[in-house]
Amino acid sequence: MKVPILNASGCLDALTAPGVATQLDAFVTKTVTPLAREGNPPPRIAETETGMLNSIGLQNPGLDAFARENLPQLAELGVPLWVSVGGFSAGDYAGICERLDGEESVTVFELNLSCPNVEEAPETAAELVAAARDVTTKPIYAKLSPATWDIAESARAVADAGADGLSLVNTIRGLALDSSTRRSRLARGPGGYSGPGLRPIALACVHACAKAVDLPIVGMGGVSSTADARDVVAAGASAVALGTVLFADPMAPGRIRVELESAETTSMALSGRDIHGLTRSSRFRDVLSTN
Amino acid sequence: MSLGGRFAGRQGLAVVGAEPVGPYTLLRLERGQLEPGIPGQFFMLEAPGRVLPRPMSLCQAPPGELAFLIDPIGPGTRALCELKAGRTVLVLGPLGNGFDLDLERPLLVAGGIGIAPMPYLAEALSHPPAVLGFRTERHAEAARLLPGATVVVEPRLVTDVLPHDPGDVLACGPEPMLEAVRALVPRAQLAWEAPMACGFGACYGCVVEIAGRYRRLCVDGPVLRDAA
Repeated sequence: MKVPILNASGCLDALTAPGVATQLDAFVTKTVTPLAREGNPPPRIAETETGMLNSIGLQNPGLDAFARENLPQLAELGVPLWVSVGGFSAGDYAGICERLDGEESVTVFELNLSCPNVEEAPETAAELVAAARDVTTKPIYAKLSPATWDIAESARAVADAGADGLSLVNTIRGLALDSSTRRSRLARGPGGYSGPGLRPIALACVHACAKAVDLPIVGMGGVSSTADARDVVAAGASAVALGTVLFADPMAPGRIRVELESAETTSMALSGRDIHGLTRSSRFRDVLSTN
Repeated sequence: MSLGGRFAGRQGLAVVGAEPVGPYTLLRLERGQLEPGIPGQFFMLEAPGRVLPRPMSLCQAPPGELAFLIDPIGPGTRALCELKAGRTVLVLGPLGNGFDLDLERPLLVAGGIGIAPMPYLAEALSHPPAVLGFRTERHAEAARLLPGATVVVEPRLVTDVLPHDPGDVLACGPEPMLEAVRALVPRAQLAWEAPMACGFGACYGCVVEIAGRYRRLCVDGPVLRDAA
């Protein structure tokens, strides 16, 4: 059984890099918000020894332009499409899901409940999931932050609210200073930390949530190699998403492959739950039917 | 593969040599199967030991080689400058939009490490006149990459020696220089610089403000014309 490989939201533009997107088992869009957002001022990125910080601030064309201009082009790629949904209130999340619920090309809603670079909605993650659940029958994946004392508790809460799966994890807030000025290297101060340094944190989160809830998990956070992806699966993920590695190596989706042999499947008792929204891919119909 | 609407390749290229040019280093790589592209386009060079590659515009394209002029300003560029012959680095490109070369009276204007794309550009334009500005005499040693250019060293600035009727200006350099050139020559083609994670439109890290909107320099630039 081949483990599905996705991109982490915000780490690939399928319209500027269609050849990369079509190597994926599903493409996850950059987060869409109700209104267009210009994002945060530059500089927006800073590399560190073991990863990178970003403070993009959810730059996106807004729901209307996304639905009118981007979605038809994305649908043509022939890759199952997950839409990352963002906002600043439960109404924002529900509004986007409701508007796109009728779009056949959208297979999954991934709720970005954890962007470290914008103001958060006042509601809890579970309340946001519940609001989306009320307006769509499409699968809902909750993308959770690793910056929480007990992520298993968050996982149980969003599962109870109706989430169909989990995307683990988002970036974690970090700060990098210029060596001479001792000021932040990002215009807005802190940013979201990703890359190899995030990997052990992500692994712990995937493991904790896989034990806590009976939901499929897309595991991500610093995955750069097949060995890293196997770790994420061993910790309990059913699929793996690639983030920062795509910036350095757009060929990564073709290079990172994880096959679950039947013997391995038993040793990875927590993984192997079906990931939603991949049934449009004939490759995956075969894979999932053997599960 | 198609990246940003253009074809780019990715390949490990062997280092031919790394030569000092004043405070900079000219990193010469075997060309492999990569195309040199249009002057002003750039490549993402793997920075040994670092998480992200570094964007570099092509400096020279002698037969069988691609050469990049690098200013060692941080850990990634330092690692690139210290590469020894025989090492292999992964290179992705060419990327982005280069200069428009269909010009009547080209004039090249560069400041500091902004000289990087000029030798390849000068070759494509049959060696037009050029004006180069540098911070110090040592930095000005890089002017040898562009024989015949007018060279000024601070406190004199390139804008002090621009001809009255400069023609079609193609410029690369620090932001204040580009802003000053644009003020004098609104139609100038300007090659901008920004930190980049990917170089092909994925990360939204390299945005610059154009006409009140943040545009990705990697796919909408790095050469911009009539930028507001």
